[in-house]
Amino acid sequence: MLAVENLSVSLPMEGGRVPVLADVSFALARGESVGLVGESGSGKSMTALAIMGLLPPGAATSGRVLFDGRDLLAAAEPELCAIRGRRIGMVFQEPMTALNPLMSIGAQVTEPLRLHLRLGRAEAEARARRLLARVGLAQIDPHRHPHQLSGGQRQRVVIAIALACGPELLIADEPTTALDVTMQAQVLDLLGELAAEQGLALLLITHDLGVVSATAARVMVMYAGRVVEAGGTGAVFAAMAHPYTRALFAASPHEAGGRPAPIPGQVPDPQHRPPGCAFAPRCPRAQRDCVATVPVLSPLPFKGRGLGEGSACGASAASPAPSPPPSPASGRGSHVAACFHPHPAP
Amino acid sequence: MTGYFLRRALVLLSTLLAASLVVFVVLQVLPGDPAALMLGTGARPDTLAALRHHLGLDAPAWLRYLRWIFGILRGDFGISYTYNVPVAELVRQRSALSVPLALLAIVLSTAIAIPVGVFAAARRGSVRDAALMGAAQVGVAIPNFWLGILLILLFAIHLPWLPASGFPGWGEGLWPGLRALILPALALALPQAAILARVTRAAVIETLGEDFVRTARAKGLTRGAALWRHAVPNALIPVVTLIGLQFSFLLAGTVIVENVFTLPGLGRLVFQAIAQRDLIVVQDLVVLLAGSVILVNFTVDLAAAAIDPRQRRPGA
Ligand SMILES: Nc1ncnc2c1ncn2[C@@H]1O[C@H](COP(=O)(O)OP(=O)(O)OP(=O)(O)O)[C@@H](O)[C@H]1O
Ligand code: SF4
Ligand SMILES: [Mg+2]
Repeated sequence: MLAVENLSVSLPMEGGRVPVLADVSFALARGESVGLVGESGSGKSMTALAIMGLLPPGAATSGRVLFDGRDLLAAAEPELCAIRGRRIGMVFQEPMTALNPLMSIGAQVTEPLRLHLRLGRAEAEARARRLLARVGLAQIDPHRHPHQLSGGQRQRVVIAIALACGPELLIADEPTTALDVTMQAQVLDLLGELAAEQGLALLLITHDLGVVSATAARVMVMYAGRVVEAGGTGAVFAAMAHPYTRALFAASPHEAGGRPAPIPGQVPDPQHRPPGCAFAPRCPRAQRDCVATVPVLSPLPFKGRGLGEGSACGASAASPAPSPPPSPASGRGSHVAACFHPHPAP
Repeated sequence: MTGYFLRRALVLLSTLLAASLVVFVVLQVLPGDPAALMLGTGARPDTLAALRHHLGLDAPAWLRYLRWIFGILRGDFGISYTYNVPVAELVRQRSALSVPLALLAIVLSTAIAIPVGVFAAARRGSVRDAALMGAAQVGVAIPNFWLGILLILLFAIHLPWLPASGFPGWGEGLWPGLRALILPALALALPQAAILARVTRAAVIETLGEDFVRTARAKGLTRGAALWRHAVPNALIPVVTLIGLQFSFLLAGTVIVENVFTLPGLGRLVFQAIAQRDLIVVQDLVVLLAGSVILVNFTVDLAAAAIDPRQRRPGA
């Protein structure tokens, strides 16, 4: 249903255009849940905004975002407006600021209903009440304003808005990051339930691998604007191949078992990405060849020391035809990583 | 709610009292004896003393202050030394011009500034934005008397559409009075509109970057709908506050434009009263203007509460 193909995004910044996403490809089938993980600044929100067609002004894109066969990157604004909120819903990172402080929550939930489904006032209000009840806010008066609600309640309102028109795809951008731990679990459970109950595809963005393992069937790990490892959640967790995935896992409070070990160093700004593998400066397995060329996603398990025939050595991403368009088979399910020296399977 | 209003009223009253005290003290310190000014330099000392006694100027300052304040409380604002009419009557006459003029100017300014500011914000960085903001920059810099003269030349002399000066009052109906106020209101409104447009633009640009505008777009609202339904209302608070400030200024800070159009407004009254040491008029006007500023601010607060539920007091 959703196929992102070789998506690259660059933004105008001081000192010229800077690529923030490079060559991102993945596919999402109807009803499927996929997790997109990565540290802050790795480009997760940009990926979501590119799908929604809501990139910051001045952004330049290449590649394709196919939604039911239509390329959203090439679609005209009216067509996008008809899709946003109707067929693709989005939940944002910051519940405290994602709602209009001047409008009652009821009015904010009815807005997409009236816009897309052309419901009358009374009908829209009744539907909004049902939606609010479904996300666990049955006892909240729809005439209340966002500032009268807690963070968790606001995030539920945002979810109700995203789901109002019964979308086929829900993009949840760190829906729980701003919430406390008990709230996080509740909101995640709610999202999982709703996705299952309405048969919607879920793109769950998070920096927490634990959240993904609990919710998503597949996982994509993103670093510095690129997908560095992807596959079925079970396969990836069983044999994390990319050193970044391992580091992220070790840094996760849920899964580390013992103390979480933060990854040394920081995600490089888009302006200062190193040549070759962007993770090289922080990578314990880095070798000389890592800084020469950019590794591209290749199927696992690799042969020998990890340099299989599909690996990236010859294919620099700087060349005009960087990587072959992902075949539907490789885009779904199969375990891939972009690393010259991946961890071997146990 | 009633508690809130009581507190507001108390603050209002004490502010007014403080203002009255300050203006009274300042005018006592300033040189210039109204009685001497009224009689001229050749006045005989006993005539002067008699007049001072008649005006109550020989009483001690605290007594004069109390007489003045309690007079106001009874609705007696005293008699102007120079015009020899009750100050209340004077203010009533002048307000019949100044209040409608200020209202007209603020309506014009708002009607120009908000669309311009929102349009420029929506197209920030474009050529049209730059052109509008350039024009606003010029508008801020233009002195309003010069603008007034320009308007007279254009719309009263070159194109004889509107009167160049004077004010016929409201006795002959609405239109003759309104006609006389259009050019002065424009001269007052354009520089105000220039400032207001810039503030509107800045406020709208700020709210356009807010997360809830993105939420609105993610719901499927068009750029324009997200702008007008979500960004603009959230940008209105600073705009309304500035409109209030501008209105307060327009009530009596307009002496120059009043002179250009020879209009007998409050601005001229203040100016002449100060120049001629008509102390009682100055005192009364300061207190009245302080009162109107407080009233305008209160209205602005009410408007802000109407716009923004976060500014409503609990239980309000
Ligand atoms: N409006 C913008 N203009 C310029 N650069 C931006 C803008 N928004 C984000 N970026 C940059 O793009 C890169 C990717 O940001 P993105 O928001 O996608 O990261 P993220 O993975 O969502 O991180 P987080 O966990 O903090 O949300 C970052 O390096 C960021 O600095
Ligand atoms: S390519 Fe090299 S630097 Fe990059 S993750 Fe793999 S081993 Fe580390
Ligand atoms: Mg983000």
